[in-house]
Amino acid sequence: MSDNEMDERMLGRLIASLPAAPESWERAAIEMPALRRAADQVLALAETDAEFHAELVADLEAALRRAGHEPNPALRAAVRHRLADRP
Amino acid sequence: MSAEAEVVVSLVARCRSGDQDAWAQLVRMYSRYVFAICQQGFRMSDADAEDVFQDVFVRVYEHLNDVRDDASMRAWIGQVTRRLCLDRLRSAKRAPVTEEEWEAVDPDDALEHVELAMDVDRVMAELSENCAEILDRFFRRDESYAVIGTALSIPAGTIASRISRCLSRVRELMEGRSQASQASGET
Repeated sequence: MSDNEMDERMLGRLIASLPAAPESWERAAIEMPALRRAADQVLALAETDAEFHAELVADLEAALRRAGHEPNPALRAAVRHRLADRP
Repeated sequence: MSAEAEVVVSLVARCRSGDQDAWAQLVRMYSRYVFAICQQGFRMSDADAEDVFQDVFVRVYEHLNDVRDDASMRAWIGQVTRRLCLDRLRSAKRAPVTEEEWEAVDPDDALEHVELAMDVDRVMAELSENCAEILDRFFRRDESYAVIGTALSIPAGTIASRISRCLSRVRELMEGRSQASQASGET
């Protein structure tokens, strides 16, 4: 095998080893700014509703559903992150 | 500053001003990288990897204004991803606890491979659209010469030689980057 062929095989393996992330994951990350607004609404509700705040901490998915949001991984991540940042 | 760094600096500046298209480009630029670290570096399940993936981009979005060196975005995203992967594994008590278990996972080797693959990916962004598409279809989507030829209206018999030429171009660009790094004193 020539050096060129070996290089090409190695490059081919490197190209193959970085597949695309699932489209739905990427789309959700791209929609992050909109999710941030939704997270703001959730956090604003938590500030005025202690029961909701407790539920948010105890069972994030159920609390998001109760607030009328689909608890997808991207929104859960956004709310978790905002909750962790709060004093 | 490298071509990649110039693109990133410009994208980050646009993201900070609220440009949604720039944010989408930034996500697309690093989504493979984050995904590969989760899956290849830490062998996470799809569910864990998806949570970490979203966590990473939330943090990137929330902390864009805190980044000190925009040109080092990739290093920062890599660091955030690795830390979140470890946190996730530890919180689920699935992190290897003994030295032997860590050696079995061997994240260092896998992560080094991901970094090299990302270098190649960034170089592919500098290829002609046709070249990048052919390499992507052949190596990542595992498409046959016939399928690629039909999709791109290229004779199937010429695909092998085109792949070889495109890989040669990738190699040239990689060598050019390596020489530029050495000339600028980067390690």
